[in-house]
Amino acid sequence: MAAVTEAPPPLAPTAPQNKPPRRRGRLTPYWLLLPGILWLVVFFALPMIYQASTSVQTGSLEQGYKVTWHFATYWDALSEYWPQFLRSVLYAAASTILCLLLGYPLAYLIAFRAGRWRNLIMILVIAPFFTSFLIRTLAWKTILADGGPVVGALNTLHVLDVTNWLGWTSGDRVLATPLAVVCGLTYNFLPFMILPLYTSLERIDGRLHEAAGDLYAKPFTTFRKVTFPLSMPGVVSGTLLTFIPAAGDYVNADLLGSTDTRMVGNVIQTQFLRILDYPTAAALSFILMAAILLMVTVYIRRSGTEDLV
Amino acid sequence: MKTTPETTDHGGDVRLTGISKRYGAFTAVHPLDLTVPQGSFFALLGASGCGKTTTLRMIAGLEEPSEGTVHLGDQDVTHLPPYKRPVNTVFQSYALFPHLDIFENVAFGLRRRGIKGVKKQVEEMLELVQLGEQARKKPHQLSGGQQQRVAVARALINHPKVLLLDEPLGAMDLKLRRQMQLELKRIQTEVGITFVHVTHDQEEAMTMADTVAVMNAGRVEQLGTPTDLYENPRTTFVANFLGTSNFVEAEIDAHSGEEIVVKAGGGKLVLPAARCSAPTTTGGKVLVGVRPEKVSLTHADDAGAIPAGRNRITGRIADSSFIGVSTQYVIDSPVCPDFEVYAQNIDRDPRLVPGTEVVVHWNPAHTFGLDATQDIDAGVESVEEEAA
Repeated sequence: MAAVTEAPPPLAPTAPQNKPPRRRGRLTPYWLLLPGILWLVVFFALPMIYQASTSVQTGSLEQGYKVTWHFATYWDALSEYWPQFLRSVLYAAASTILCLLLGYPLAYLIAFRAGRWRNLIMILVIAPFFTSFLIRTLAWKTILADGGPVVGALNTLHVLDVTNWLGWTSGDRVLATPLAVVCGLTYNFLPFMILPLYTSLERIDGRLHEAAGDLYAKPFTTFRKVTFPLSMPGVVSGTLLTFIPAAGDYVNADLLGSTDTRMVGNVIQTQFLRILDYPTAAALSFILMAAILLMVTVYIRRSGTEDLV
Repeated sequence: MKTTPETTDHGGDVRLTGISKRYGAFTAVHPLDLTVPQGSFFALLGASGCGKTTTLRMIAGLEEPSEGTVHLGDQDVTHLPPYKRPVNTVFQSYALFPHLDIFENVAFGLRRRGIKGVKKQVEEMLELVQLGEQARKKPHQLSGGQQQRVAVARALINHPKVLLLDEPLGAMDLKLRRQMQLELKRIQTEVGITFVHVTHDQEEAMTMADTVAVMNAGRVEQLGTPTDLYENPRTTFVANFLGTSNFVEAEIDAHSGEEIVVKAGGGKLVLPAARCSAPTTTGGKVLVGVRPEKVSLTHADDAGAIPAGRNRITGRIADSSFIGVSTQYVIDSPVCPDFEVYAQNIDRDPRLVPGTEVVVHWNPAHTFGLDATQDIDAGVESVEEEAA
C-alpha cells in the first residue's frame, strides 16, 4: 500500500522584524504539522513497527506468537519463495516497459498535437478510474476469454505461436498465462505512466523544438536529443509509479493468472489470510519493500535526473 | 572577414517577394517585398503584433508563408524546413537547451551536421563572445546577458548566410541592453554576416542597424537608413514611432519652385518642396511637421530679435520639465495644442516658466510635410504601449 511518506513543508510565518515574535506565532507551523504527523504515526509508523515485530515472532496460531528475534524467518521465506519474487520483478518490469511504449506516444500526442482535443483525451485517460480496480480487471477476463474474439484473432494472426514459443502463453489460451497477467498490470497502471509523462512533456518550451530545428536537427533527432532527455523526469516518475505498485500487486495474478503465475503479492495474501502464518507474511512484506527500495535507489542514481527534476 | 568567400557579392541577399501570412481571417503580414543586402545589419522595427516576428519566422522557416517566396541568394528556400536552411536564429528567450552545458549548446549545430572535431571551433566561438571560462556550466547558471551571448554563439558557429535575431535584448535591463547592442554590433562587424534584427525599441534599431524597415499592421511603412527615417518620415506613424514630432494642420497657399508656403491659423509657414510627401495643390491640406529639438523658444517680448525668414508660431508655455541635458517644454498654441520643444540647457532664459507667452521658431529647412488624410497620432499609442 502506498502511504503518505512526506508531510507538507511547514509554512514559516514572516514575523515583523521590529516586534519580538509572539510565542503562539512561533508554534503555529508545528500546530499545522500536527495532523500530518499524527496521520503518519497512526497509519504508517505504528503498523510498520507492528509488522516488524510480527516478522521476528515464533509460535503457532493456537498457542499465540511471541517475539523471539527469530530472523531466520526472513531467510526461510526468501529461500522458499524466491521464484515468486523473481516473477514479480519480471512481470512488473515487463508491464512497466509496455506502459512506457504505449504511454509515451499518447502523452506526446496530448502534450504537443492534441490542440482542442487535449482535455477530452485526458478525460479518457482518467475515465477508467471511475470504475473499481476489481471490476476493470474482471472485465479483462471476458476480453481474454478462451475462444473469444481477441484470442481468435491472435490465433489467426499466428501471434499465439510466437508467444507460445516464448513461453508467455500456452496452447490456445491467453487467460491464466503470464501474458494475461502482464496485460492486466499494463492496463491497470497505464494512467500512472501517462500522467507524469504528460506533465513533463507539456512543460517543455516549444521554442526548444524550433531551436533544434533551426540548428539542423531533423524531427527525429530533435526528439532524441532534446525532447526525450527533457522528459526524463516524467519517464523516471512514470516508471516508478508503475513498477512499484505492479511489483506488489496480487489482484491481476489472482484473476487473470494461474498457480504458475503467482507473484509475491499472492504469497503474502495467502500467508496472511489463509495459512495465517503472520511472521512469514510480514517477513515477505519487508523483503519486498527492501528490494523495491534498493532497485529504485539504483535506478534514480543511474538515470541522473537530479538536476532536471 | 567574410565567411562566405565562395558566393558572389549578392549571394547572401535575403529576398522576400510578395510574401504574406494569414491566420484564418487575420492577416499578420500583408504581401511585402523586401531585400536585405548581404553583410548588412537590417532591423525590422514595429510595435507588438505588427508582423515583424512573423516575417522573421518566415525567413527562418518556422512559419510557412501563405503566398510569396523567400530567396537566400539564388536559392529558393520558401518550402525548405528550417533544418535545411543556411539560416540561424537567436530566439527571444534564447531557447538554450537546459539539459546541455554551454559547450554542448554551442556545438549542437555542428554535431547535427556531422562535423567532427568541434572542440577548437567551439572554444574559439566562446572566446568571441567572451565566455571561454563558462563552457562546462549549464544555462541556468549564467546571467541573462551571458545566456544571450551563448545564444548568439550557438547560432554564429554554423556560419549561417543570415543571422536572425528575434528581440534578443527584450528581457534585459536598460544598461545591459546598451552594452549588448554594442557587443552585437561589434560581432556583426567582425564576422560580416547579414543580421536581421527584430525589435520594438526604436533607439535600438537606430543605433545598431544600417537599414531599418518600420512595420505597422502587417505592412512596411517606410524603409531607409536611421537618419533618413528620422529626418524624412513619410507617414505620421513613422514620424511618431521614431522619436517625437510636432504637427500643425495647414492649407497650401503657394507653391513656388523649391518652397511651399502654407497657412496655419493666422500665420504662414514655409517648408522645402523636396521634403513634402503630400500632394501640393494650392488649397490642399497638409500636415506640417518639425522635430522638437530643432525648434527654439523666445520670450514674446523679444520677438523682434528673431531673425527674419524663420517659421514662427506663438503660444503659451503649458508645462516645462528640466531633465539635465535639456529642458522639455509643452507649448499651447492655437495651431497645435501640445507643441513640444526640447531646448538645450546652454543659456537658459529664467523668464520661460509655465504661463509665459512665447514665440516658437525654427529654420524652414527642418520642416517636413505629410499627407493630411492620415491620423496625426498614429504610432503614438504603440510607443506608449511598449513603454508600459
